Amino acid sequence: MKTIIKYVLLDLLRNRVILFYTIILAVLSVSVLGIDDNPTKGLLSLLNITLLFVPLITILFSTIYFFNAIEFTELLLSQPIKRNKVLLAEYSALTVSLSTAYAVGIGIPLLLLVSGIESFILTLIGILLTFVFSSLALLIFVKFRDKTKGIGIAIAIALFFTLLFDGFLLAFIYSFSDYPIDQAVVGIIAFNPIDLARVLMLLHLDVAVLMGYSGALFKKFLGSATGSIFSIACIILWIIVPLLLSVRIFNRKDL
Amino acid sequence: MIKIEHLSKSFGKFAALKDINVHMRQGQAISLLGPNGSGKTTLIKSILGLVIPEKGNITINGQSVKHDWSYRSLIGYMPQIGHYPDNMTIDQVFALIKEMRKDTQDYDEELIRGFQLNKLGNKTMRSLSGGTRQKVSASLAFLFSPSVYILDEPTAGLDPVSSELLKEKILKEREAGKLILITSHVLSDLEGIASHIIYLQDGELRFYSAVEELQAVTGEEKLNKVIAHIMKNESRVAKTIQ
Repeated sequence: MKTIIKYVLLDLLRNRVILFYTIILAVLSVSVLGIDDNPTKGLLSLLNITLLFVPLITILFSTIYFFNAIEFTELLLSQPIKRNKVLLAEYSALTVSLSTAYAVGIGIPLLLLVSGIESFILTLIGILLTFVFSSLALLIFVKFRDKTKGIGIAIAIALFFTLLFDGFLLAFIYSFSDYPIDQAVVGIIAFNPIDLARVLMLLHLDVAVLMGYSGALFKKFLGSATGSIFSIACIILWIIVPLLLSVRIFNRKDL
Repeated sequence: MIKIEHLSKSFGKFAALKDINVHMRQGQAISLLGPNGSGKTTLIKSILGLVIPEKGNITINGQSVKHDWSYRSLIGYMPQIGHYPDNMTIDQVFALIKEMRKDTQDYDEELIRGFQLNKLGNKTMRSLSGGTRQKVSASLAFLFSPSVYILDEPTAGLDPVSSELLKEKILKEREAGKLILITSHVLSDLEGIASHIIYLQDGELRFYSAVEELQAVTGEEKLNKVIAHIMKNESRVAKTIQ
Protein backbone atom coordinates (compact mmCIF):
# COMPACT_ATOMS: atom_id res chain seq x y z
CA MET A 1 0.00 0.00 0.00
CA LYS A 2 2.82 2.40 0.88
CA THR A 3 4.37 1.66 -2.50
CA ILE A 4 1.26 2.75 -4.37
CA ILE A 5 0.87 5.87 -2.24
CA LYS A 6 4.47 6.81 -2.93
CA TYR A 7 4.31 6.52 -6.70
CA VAL A 8 0.83 8.01 -7.12
CA LEU A 9 1.90 10.91 -4.90
CA LEU A 10 5.00 11.45 -7.06
CA ASP A 11 2.66 11.67 -10.05
CA LEU A 12 0.15 13.99 -8.37
CA LEU A 13 2.73 16.42 -7.00
CA ARG A 14 3.73 17.11 -10.59
CA ASN A 15 0.12 17.49 -11.68
CA ARG A 16 -0.49 20.88 -13.30
CA VAL A 17 -3.94 21.38 -11.79
CA ILE A 18 -2.58 20.86 -8.29
CA LEU A 19 0.32 23.25 -8.92
CA PHE A 20 -2.11 25.83 -10.28
CA TYR A 21 -4.43 25.35 -7.29
CA THR A 22 -1.52 25.94 -4.88
CA ILE A 23 -0.44 29.10 -6.66
CA ILE A 24 -3.98 30.54 -6.77
CA LEU A 25 -4.46 29.87 -3.05
CA ALA A 26 -1.09 31.46 -2.24
CA VAL A 27 -1.84 34.58 -4.32
CA LEU A 28 -5.29 34.90 -2.72
CA SER A 29 -4.03 34.55 0.84
CA VAL A 30 -1.12 36.93 0.42
CA SER A 31 -3.30 39.57 -1.21
CA VAL A 32 -6.22 39.21 1.23
CA LEU A 33 -3.94 39.35 4.26
CA GLY A 34 -2.03 42.28 2.79
CA ILE A 35 -5.11 44.48 2.18
CA ASP A 36 -6.15 44.97 5.76
CA ASP A 37 -4.26 45.60 8.97
CA ASN A 38 -6.91 43.77 10.94
CA PRO A 39 -5.93 40.08 10.74
CA THR A 40 -9.39 38.89 11.84
CA LYS A 41 -10.96 40.40 8.73
CA GLY A 42 -8.33 38.74 6.58
CA LEU A 43 -8.94 35.42 8.28
CA LEU A 44 -12.69 35.72 7.72
CA SER A 45 -12.19 36.43 4.02
CA LEU A 46 -9.88 33.45 3.74
CA LEU A 47 -12.43 31.35 5.63
CA ASN A 48 -15.11 32.25 3.09
CA ILE A 49 -12.77 31.50 0.21
CA THR A 50 -11.93 28.15 1.79
CA LEU A 51 -15.55 27.21 2.44
CA LEU A 52 -16.56 28.07 -1.10
CA PHE A 53 -13.68 26.75 -3.19
CA VAL A 54 -12.03 23.90 -1.32
CA PRO A 55 -15.11 21.62 -1.40
CA LEU A 56 -15.90 22.32 -5.05
CA ILE A 57 -12.35 21.97 -6.36
CA THR A 58 -11.57 18.93 -4.20
CA ILE A 59 -14.67 16.96 -5.14
CA LEU A 60 -14.38 17.82 -8.85
CA PHE A 61 -10.68 17.09 -9.14
CA SER A 62 -10.95 13.87 -7.12
CA THR A 63 -13.94 12.53 -9.04
CA ILE A 64 -12.28 13.22 -12.38
CA TYR A 65 -9.02 11.72 -11.13
CA PHE A 66 -10.63 8.48 -9.92
CA PHE A 67 -12.57 8.02 -13.15
CA ASN A 68 -9.51 8.76 -15.31
CA ALA A 69 -7.37 6.34 -13.32
CA ILE A 70 -9.76 3.43 -13.80
CA GLU A 71 -7.54 1.53 -16.25
CA PHE A 72 -4.54 2.07 -14.01
CA THR A 73 -6.59 0.87 -11.03
CA GLU A 74 -7.47 -2.28 -12.98
CA LEU A 75 -3.80 -2.88 -13.71
CA LEU A 76 -2.95 -2.51 -10.02
CA LEU A 77 -5.81 -4.84 -9.09
CA SER A 78 -4.49 -7.51 -11.43
CA GLN A 79 -1.39 -7.67 -9.21
CA PRO A 80 -1.35 -9.73 -6.01
CA ILE A 81 -2.87 -7.16 -3.68
CA LYS A 82 -6.11 -6.74 -1.75
CA ARG A 83 -8.80 -4.65 -3.40
CA ASN A 84 -9.39 -2.16 -0.62
CA LYS A 85 -5.65 -1.49 -0.30
CA VAL A 86 -5.53 -0.17 -3.87
CA LEU A 87 -8.55 2.04 -3.28
CA LEU A 88 -7.32 3.42 0.04
CA ALA A 89 -3.83 4.00 -1.34
CA GLU A 90 -5.21 6.06 -4.21
CA TYR A 91 -7.43 7.98 -1.80
CA SER A 92 -4.53 8.67 0.55
CA ALA A 93 -2.24 9.89 -2.20
CA LEU A 94 -4.97 12.18 -3.52
CA THR A 95 -5.87 13.71 -0.14
CA VAL A 96 -2.23 14.15 0.83
CA SER A 97 -1.46 16.02 -2.38
CA LEU A 98 -4.55 18.26 -2.21
CA SER A 99 -3.95 18.95 1.49
CA THR A 100 -0.34 19.79 0.77
CA ALA A 101 -1.52 22.23 -1.86
CA TYR A 102 -3.80 23.88 0.71
CA ALA A 103 -1.18 23.86 3.47
CA VAL A 104 1.38 25.46 1.16
CA GLY A 105 -1.01 27.92 -0.45
CA ILE A 106 -2.88 29.12 2.63
CA GLY A 107 -1.06 27.67 5.64
CA ILE A 108 2.41 29.04 4.99
CA PRO A 109 1.34 32.65 4.20
CA LEU A 110 -0.86 32.55 7.33
CA LEU A 111 1.96 31.26 9.46
CA LEU A 112 4.25 34.02 8.22
CA LEU A 113 1.75 36.90 8.29
CA VAL A 114 -0.76 36.03 11.06
CA SER A 115 0.50 33.36 13.38
CA GLY A 116 -1.66 32.13 16.22
CA ILE A 117 -4.26 29.53 17.02
CA GLU A 118 -6.75 30.98 14.49
CA SER A 119 -4.35 30.44 11.61
CA PHE A 120 -3.79 26.89 12.72
CA ILE A 121 -7.55 26.25 12.93
CA LEU A 122 -8.13 27.66 9.44
CA THR A 123 -5.42 25.44 7.96
CA LEU A 124 -6.91 22.47 9.80
CA ILE A 125 -10.36 23.30 8.41
CA GLY A 126 -9.07 23.40 4.84
CA ILE A 127 -7.35 20.06 5.28
CA LEU A 128 -10.37 18.43 6.94
CA LEU A 129 -12.67 19.67 4.17
CA THR A 130 -10.24 18.26 1.60
CA PHE A 131 -10.49 14.86 3.28
CA VAL A 132 -14.30 15.04 3.49
CA PHE A 133 -14.88 15.97 -0.13
CA SER A 134 -12.36 13.56 -1.61
CA SER A 135 -14.02 10.88 0.50
CA LEU A 136 -17.37 11.83 -1.06
CA ALA A 137 -15.72 11.79 -4.50
CA LEU A 138 -14.55 8.26 -3.84
CA LEU A 139 -18.09 7.24 -2.97
CA ILE A 140 -19.33 8.76 -6.23
CA PHE A 141 -16.64 6.86 -8.14
CA VAL A 142 -17.51 3.45 -6.69
CA LYS A 143 -21.26 4.03 -6.98
CA PHE A 144 -21.48 5.17 -10.60
CA ARG A 145 -20.07 3.66 -13.75
CA ASP A 146 -20.40 6.70 -15.95
CA LYS A 147 -17.84 9.49 -15.68
CA THR A 148 -20.10 12.30 -16.92
CA LYS A 149 -22.84 11.31 -14.50
CA GLY A 150 -20.28 11.13 -11.70
CA ILE A 151 -18.99 14.64 -12.39
CA GLY A 152 -22.53 15.98 -12.52
CA ILE A 153 -23.33 14.48 -9.15
CA ALA A 154 -20.05 15.80 -7.72
CA ILE A 155 -21.02 19.36 -8.75
CA ALA A 156 -24.52 18.86 -7.34
CA ILE A 157 -23.15 17.67 -3.99
CA ALA A 158 -20.72 20.57 -3.71
CA LEU A 159 -23.43 23.11 -4.55
CA PHE A 160 -25.88 21.47 -2.17
CA PHE A 161 -23.53 21.81 0.78
CA THR A 162 -22.17 25.26 -0.08
CA LEU A 163 -25.42 26.98 -1.10
CA LEU A 164 -28.64 25.00 -0.94
CA PHE A 165 -28.27 23.58 2.56
CA ASP A 166 -28.06 26.99 4.19
CA GLY A 167 -31.11 28.08 2.22
CA PHE A 168 -33.11 25.14 3.56
CA LEU A 169 -31.81 25.82 7.05
CA LEU A 170 -32.93 29.45 6.86
CA ALA A 171 -36.34 28.43 5.54
CA PHE A 172 -36.63 25.94 8.42
CA ILE A 173 -35.64 28.53 11.03
CA TYR A 174 -38.00 31.09 9.51
CA SER A 175 -41.01 28.73 9.37
CA PHE A 176 -40.58 27.45 12.91
CA SER A 177 -39.38 30.65 14.53
CA ASP A 178 -42.22 30.52 17.06
CA TYR A 179 -40.97 27.23 18.49
CA PRO A 180 -37.86 26.44 20.55
CA ILE A 181 -35.83 24.95 17.68
CA ASP A 182 -32.33 25.95 18.82
CA GLN A 183 -31.29 22.40 19.71
CA ALA A 184 -32.70 21.07 16.45
CA VAL A 185 -30.69 23.60 14.45
CA VAL A 186 -27.45 22.51 16.11
CA GLY A 187 -28.36 18.94 15.17
CA ILE A 188 -29.14 19.86 11.56
CA ILE A 189 -25.81 21.63 11.18
CA ALA A 190 -24.05 18.34 11.86
CA PHE A 191 -25.38 17.18 8.47
CA ASN A 192 -23.33 19.76 6.62
CA PRO A 193 -19.53 19.46 6.84
CA ILE A 194 -19.09 23.00 5.53
CA ASP A 195 -21.27 24.49 8.26
CA LEU A 196 -19.38 22.43 10.81
CA ALA A 197 -16.13 23.86 9.52
CA ARG A 198 -17.51 27.39 9.63
CA VAL A 199 -18.66 26.93 13.22
CA LEU A 200 -15.30 25.51 14.21
CA MET A 201 -13.55 28.63 12.92
CA LEU A 202 -16.04 31.13 14.30
CA LEU A 203 -15.86 29.63 17.78
CA HIS A 204 -12.24 30.67 17.82
CA LEU A 205 -12.68 34.15 16.45
CA ASP A 206 -14.78 35.84 19.18
CA VAL A 207 -17.08 37.06 16.45
CA ALA A 208 -19.33 34.04 16.74
CA VAL A 209 -22.29 36.06 17.93
CA LEU A 210 -21.96 38.49 15.06
CA MET A 211 -21.49 35.88 12.40
CA GLY A 212 -24.92 34.39 12.17
CA TYR A 213 -27.25 32.06 13.85
CA SER A 214 -25.26 28.83 13.89
CA GLY A 215 -22.15 30.30 15.47
CA ALA A 216 -24.14 31.99 18.21
CA LEU A 217 -26.03 28.79 18.91
CA PHE A 218 -22.94 26.73 19.19
CA LYS A 219 -21.35 29.18 21.56
CA LYS A 220 -24.48 29.35 23.66
CA PHE A 221 -25.13 25.63 23.89
CA LEU A 222 -21.78 24.04 23.73
CA GLY A 223 -19.23 26.61 24.71
CA SER A 224 -16.00 26.97 22.82
CA ALA A 225 -14.22 23.76 23.82
CA THR A 226 -17.17 21.36 23.62
CA GLY A 227 -18.35 23.03 20.44
CA SER A 228 -14.95 22.53 18.79
CA ILE A 229 -14.75 18.90 19.82
CA PHE A 230 -18.31 18.28 18.63
CA SER A 231 -17.72 19.83 15.22
CA ILE A 232 -14.35 18.12 14.70
CA ALA A 233 -15.88 14.76 15.65
CA CYS A 234 -18.74 15.29 13.18
CA ILE A 235 -16.33 16.27 10.40
CA ILE A 236 -14.27 13.14 11.06
CA LEU A 237 -17.44 11.08 10.75
CA TRP A 238 -18.02 12.81 7.42
CA ILE A 239 -14.62 11.47 6.33
CA ILE A 240 -14.89 7.95 7.72
CA VAL A 241 -18.47 7.02 6.83
CA PRO A 242 -18.21 7.66 3.05
CA LEU A 243 -14.79 6.02 3.07
CA LEU A 244 -16.06 2.82 4.73
CA LEU A 245 -19.10 2.76 2.44
CA SER A 246 -16.82 3.13 -0.60
CA VAL A 247 -14.62 0.23 0.50
CA ARG A 248 -17.68 -1.94 1.07
CA ILE A 249 -19.15 -1.16 -2.34
CA PHE A 250 -15.80 -1.41 -4.11
CA ASN A 251 -15.15 -4.92 -2.76
CA ARG A 252 -18.19 -6.12 -4.69
CA LYS A 253 -17.86 -3.84 -7.71
CA ASP A 254 -17.36 -5.15 -11.23
CA LEU A 255 -14.67 -3.21 -13.07
CA MET B 1 -4.31 -25.03 -14.39
CA ILE B 2 -7.32 -22.74 -14.72
CA LYS B 3 -10.58 -24.49 -14.07
CA ILE B 4 -13.84 -22.66 -14.70
CA GLU B 5 -17.00 -24.38 -13.51
CA HIS B 6 -20.57 -23.25 -14.16
CA LEU B 7 -19.52 -19.61 -14.39
CA SER B 8 -22.42 -17.21 -14.91
CA LYS B 9 -22.46 -13.44 -14.82
CA SER B 10 -25.05 -10.89 -15.76
CA PHE B 11 -25.04 -7.10 -15.73
CA GLY B 12 -28.58 -6.10 -14.89
CA LYS B 13 -30.77 -7.94 -17.39
CA PHE B 14 -27.93 -8.63 -19.79
CA ALA B 15 -26.43 -12.09 -19.36
CA ALA B 16 -22.74 -11.67 -20.17
CA LEU B 17 -21.70 -15.24 -19.42
CA LYS B 18 -23.95 -18.29 -19.25
CA ASP B 19 -22.79 -21.41 -17.48
CA ILE B 20 -19.22 -21.57 -18.79
CA ASN B 21 -17.20 -24.73 -18.13
CA VAL B 22 -13.58 -24.77 -19.28
CA HIS B 23 -10.45 -26.49 -18.10
CA MET B 24 -7.29 -24.80 -19.37
CA ARG B 25 -4.04 -26.67 -19.03
CA GLN B 26 -0.37 -25.80 -18.91
CA GLY B 27 1.38 -25.48 -22.25
CA GLN B 28 -1.77 -24.40 -24.05
CA ALA B 29 -1.99 -21.16 -25.95
CA ILE B 30 -5.68 -20.47 -26.01
CA SER B 31 -7.17 -17.93 -28.30
CA LEU B 32 -10.40 -16.47 -27.02
CA LEU B 33 -12.60 -15.62 -29.98
CA GLY B 34 -16.06 -14.27 -30.45
CA PRO B 35 -17.92 -11.23 -31.77
CA ASN B 36 -18.05 -7.96 -29.83
CA GLY B 37 -20.08 -8.27 -26.67
CA SER B 38 -19.78 -12.06 -26.57
CA GLY B 39 -18.27 -12.05 -23.08
CA LYS B 40 -14.53 -12.36 -23.81
CA THR B 41 -13.49 -9.44 -21.62
CA THR B 42 -15.91 -10.49 -18.87
CA LEU B 43 -14.35 -13.96 -18.86
CA ILE B 44 -10.83 -12.52 -18.63
CA LYS B 45 -11.83 -10.09 -15.91
CA SER B 46 -13.52 -12.88 -13.96
CA ILE B 47 -10.26 -14.82 -13.93
CA LEU B 48 -8.40 -11.71 -12.77
CA GLY B 49 -10.93 -11.07 -10.03
CA LEU B 50 -11.94 -7.71 -11.51
CA VAL B 51 -15.46 -8.97 -12.17
CA ILE B 52 -17.14 -10.84 -9.34
CA PRO B 53 -18.79 -14.05 -10.60
CA GLU B 54 -22.45 -14.53 -9.83
CA LYS B 55 -22.50 -18.29 -9.91
CA GLY B 56 -19.81 -20.86 -10.36
CA ASN B 57 -16.20 -21.25 -9.49
CA ILE B 58 -12.83 -20.37 -10.91
CA THR B 59 -9.76 -22.07 -9.54
CA ILE B 60 -6.15 -21.54 -10.53
CA ASN B 61 -3.87 -24.38 -9.45
CA GLY B 62 -6.67 -25.45 -7.12
CA GLN B 63 -6.81 -22.00 -5.51
CA SER B 64 -10.18 -20.25 -5.72
CA VAL B 65 -10.10 -16.70 -7.04
CA LYS B 66 -12.93 -15.63 -4.79
CA HIS B 67 -11.43 -14.45 -1.55
CA ASP B 68 -7.71 -14.98 -1.76
CA TRP B 69 -5.81 -12.52 -3.94
CA SER B 70 -2.41 -14.22 -3.77
CA TYR B 71 -3.08 -16.32 -6.92
CA ARG B 72 -2.55 -13.19 -8.99
CA SER B 73 1.21 -13.50 -8.53
CA LEU B 74 0.90 -16.37 -11.04
CA ILE B 75 -0.59 -14.11 -13.69
CA GLY B 76 0.83 -11.57 -16.08
CA TYR B 77 -1.93 -9.38 -17.48
CA MET B 78 -1.73 -7.09 -20.45
CA PRO B 79 -4.84 -4.89 -20.69
CA GLN B 80 -6.42 -3.78 -23.93
CA ILE B 81 -5.99 -0.09 -23.14
CA GLY B 82 -2.90 0.89 -21.23
CA HIS B 83 -3.72 4.09 -19.39
CA TYR B 84 -1.18 5.28 -16.85
CA PRO B 85 -0.90 8.33 -14.59
CA ASP B 86 0.24 11.25 -16.74
CA ASN B 87 3.35 12.32 -14.88
CA MET B 88 4.69 8.88 -14.02
CA THR B 89 7.83 7.95 -15.90
CA ILE B 90 8.36 4.56 -17.52
CA ASP B 91 10.97 3.73 -14.88
CA GLN B 92 8.52 4.61 -12.11
CA VAL B 93 5.81 2.38 -13.59
CA PHE B 94 8.20 -0.57 -13.68
CA ALA B 95 9.51 0.20 -10.19
CA LEU B 96 5.99 0.44 -8.80
CA ILE B 97 4.88 -2.96 -10.11
CA LYS B 98 8.21 -4.53 -9.13
CA GLU B 99 7.76 -3.30 -5.57
CA MET B 100 4.20 -4.65 -5.54
CA ARG B 101 5.42 -8.10 -6.59
CA LYS B 102 8.34 -8.55 -4.26
CA ASP B 103 7.93 -12.35 -4.37
CA THR B 104 9.67 -12.38 -7.76
CA GLN B 105 13.20 -11.05 -7.89
CA ASP B 106 14.10 -12.63 -11.19
CA TYR B 107 13.05 -10.22 -13.89
CA ASP B 108 12.56 -11.09 -17.53
CA GLU B 109 13.57 -7.86 -19.21
CA GLU B 110 13.84 -9.26 -22.71
CA LEU B 111 10.88 -7.25 -24.00
CA ILE B 112 12.00 -4.03 -22.31
CA ARG B 113 15.30 -4.31 -24.16
CA GLY B 114 13.62 -5.52 -27.36
CA PHE B 115 11.26 -2.55 -27.41
CA GLN B 116 14.17 -0.32 -26.34
CA LEU B 117 12.13 1.03 -23.44
CA ASN B 118 15.23 1.17 -21.26
CA LYS B 119 16.34 4.18 -23.31
CA LEU B 120 13.07 6.00 -22.63
CA GLY B 121 13.15 5.47 -18.85
CA ASN B 122 12.73 9.13 -17.92
CA LYS B 123 9.87 9.89 -20.30
CA THR B 124 6.51 10.55 -18.70
CA MET B 125 3.59 8.34 -19.69
CA ARG B 126 1.70 11.37 -21.02
CA SER B 127 4.36 12.04 -23.62
CA LEU B 128 4.26 8.50 -25.02
CA SER B 129 2.37 7.38 -28.11
CA GLY B 130 -0.37 4.78 -27.82
CA GLY B 131 1.90 2.12 -29.29
CA THR B 132 4.70 2.83 -26.84
CA ARG B 133 2.26 2.62 -23.94
CA GLN B 134 1.16 -0.74 -25.34
CA LYS B 135 4.81 -1.81 -25.26
CA VAL B 136 5.02 -0.82 -21.60
CA SER B 137 1.92 -2.91 -20.85
CA ALA B 138 3.37 -5.90 -22.71
CA SER B 139 6.73 -5.61 -20.94
CA LEU B 140 4.97 -5.45 -17.57
CA ALA B 141 3.02 -8.64 -18.27
CA PHE B 142 6.18 -10.56 -19.11
CA LEU B 143 8.43 -8.98 -16.47
CA PHE B 144 7.82 -11.55 -13.74
CA SER B 145 7.80 -14.70 -15.92
CA PRO B 146 4.43 -15.79 -14.52
CA SER B 147 2.95 -19.21 -15.28
CA VAL B 148 -0.21 -17.72 -16.80
CA TYR B 149 -0.37 -14.94 -19.37
CA ILE B 150 -3.59 -13.08 -20.04
CA LEU B 151 -3.19 -10.85 -23.05
CA ASP B 152 -6.11 -8.70 -24.17
CA GLU B 153 -5.59 -7.60 -27.81
CA PRO B 154 -1.81 -7.63 -27.40
CA THR B 155 -0.85 -6.64 -30.93
CA ALA B 156 -3.40 -3.87 -31.46
CA GLY B 157 -1.56 -0.60 -32.03
CA LEU B 158 1.90 -2.13 -32.34
CA ASP B 159 4.05 -1.60 -35.41
CA PRO B 160 4.91 -4.75 -37.45
CA VAL B 161 8.42 -5.09 -36.00
CA SER B 162 7.25 -4.85 -32.39
CA SER B 163 4.29 -7.07 -33.13
CA GLU B 164 6.63 -9.78 -34.45
CA LEU B 165 8.88 -9.38 -31.42
CA LEU B 166 5.92 -9.85 -29.09
CA LYS B 167 4.68 -12.88 -31.03
CA GLU B 168 8.10 -14.50 -30.84
CA LYS B 169 8.13 -13.90 -27.10
CA ILE B 170 4.68 -15.44 -26.72
CA LEU B 171 5.81 -18.51 -28.68
CA LYS B 172 8.89 -18.84 -26.52
CA GLU B 173 6.80 -18.75 -23.36
CA ARG B 174 4.37 -21.27 -24.82
CA GLU B 175 7.25 -23.63 -25.48
CA ALA B 176 8.40 -23.11 -21.90
CA GLY B 177 5.10 -24.70 -20.82
CA LYS B 178 3.21 -21.60 -19.77
CA LEU B 179 -0.51 -21.16 -20.17
CA ILE B 180 -1.35 -18.30 -22.50
CA LEU B 181 -4.77 -16.79 -22.98
CA ILE B 182 -5.09 -14.30 -25.85
CA THR B 183 -7.96 -12.36 -27.28
CA SER B 184 -7.45 -10.81 -30.66
CA HIS B 185 -9.53 -9.82 -33.62
CA VAL B 186 -6.53 -10.05 -35.92
CA LEU B 187 -6.67 -13.75 -36.63
CA SER B 188 -3.53 -13.75 -38.74
CA ASP B 189 -1.64 -12.62 -35.64
CA LEU B 190 -2.71 -15.78 -33.85
CA GLU B 191 -1.46 -18.01 -36.67
CA GLY B 192 1.15 -20.35 -35.28
CA ILE B 193 0.61 -19.13 -31.74
CA ALA B 194 -2.77 -20.54 -30.78
CA SER B 195 -2.92 -24.22 -29.92
CA HIS B 196 -6.56 -24.12 -28.82
CA ILE B 197 -9.57 -21.98 -29.53
CA ILE B 198 -12.39 -20.98 -27.24
CA TYR B 199 -15.31 -19.55 -29.14
CA LEU B 200 -17.86 -17.48 -27.25
CA GLN B 201 -21.12 -16.15 -28.58
CA ASP B 202 -23.83 -14.33 -26.63
CA GLY B 203 -22.16 -15.36 -23.41
CA GLU B 204 -22.24 -19.05 -24.25
CA LEU B 205 -19.30 -21.31 -24.86
CA ARG B 206 -19.76 -22.58 -28.43
CA PHE B 207 -16.68 -24.77 -28.58
CA TYR B 208 -13.30 -25.31 -26.98
CA SER B 209 -10.99 -27.44 -29.08
CA ALA B 210 -7.52 -27.84 -30.48
CA VAL B 211 -6.61 -25.95 -33.65
CA GLU B 212 -5.57 -29.20 -35.42
CA GLU B 213 -8.96 -30.69 -34.73
CA LEU B 214 -10.71 -27.65 -36.17
CA GLN B 215 -8.46 -27.76 -39.23
CA ALA B 216 -9.35 -31.39 -39.75
CA VAL B 217 -13.09 -30.82 -39.35
CA THR B 218 -13.26 -27.79 -41.62
CA GLY B 219 -10.64 -28.90 -44.11
CA GLU B 220 -9.05 -25.46 -44.03
CA GLU B 221 -5.44 -24.66 -43.24
CA LYS B 222 -5.39 -20.93 -42.36
CA LEU B 223 -6.84 -19.89 -39.05
CA ASN B 224 -9.02 -17.09 -40.42
CA LYS B 225 -10.48 -19.48 -43.03
CA VAL B 226 -11.12 -22.06 -40.32
CA ILE B 227 -13.02 -19.55 -38.23
CA ALA B 228 -14.91 -18.15 -41.21
CA HIS B 229 -15.93 -21.68 -42.17
CA ILE B 230 -17.17 -22.39 -38.67
CA MET B 231 -19.10 -19.15 -38.46
CA LYS B 232 -20.83 -19.91 -41.76
CA ASN B 233 -21.70 -23.54 -41.06
CA GLU B 234 -21.86 -23.18 -37.36
CA SER B 235 -24.47 -25.72 -36.34
CA ARG B 236 -23.05 -28.50 -38.53
CA VAL B 237 -19.48 -27.99 -37.36
CA ALA B 238 -20.49 -27.72 -33.75
CA LYS B 239 -22.16 -31.12 -34.01
CA THR B 240 -19.10 -32.70 -35.56
CA ILE B 241 -16.85 -31.35 -32.84
CA GLN B 242 -19.07 -32.58 -30.10
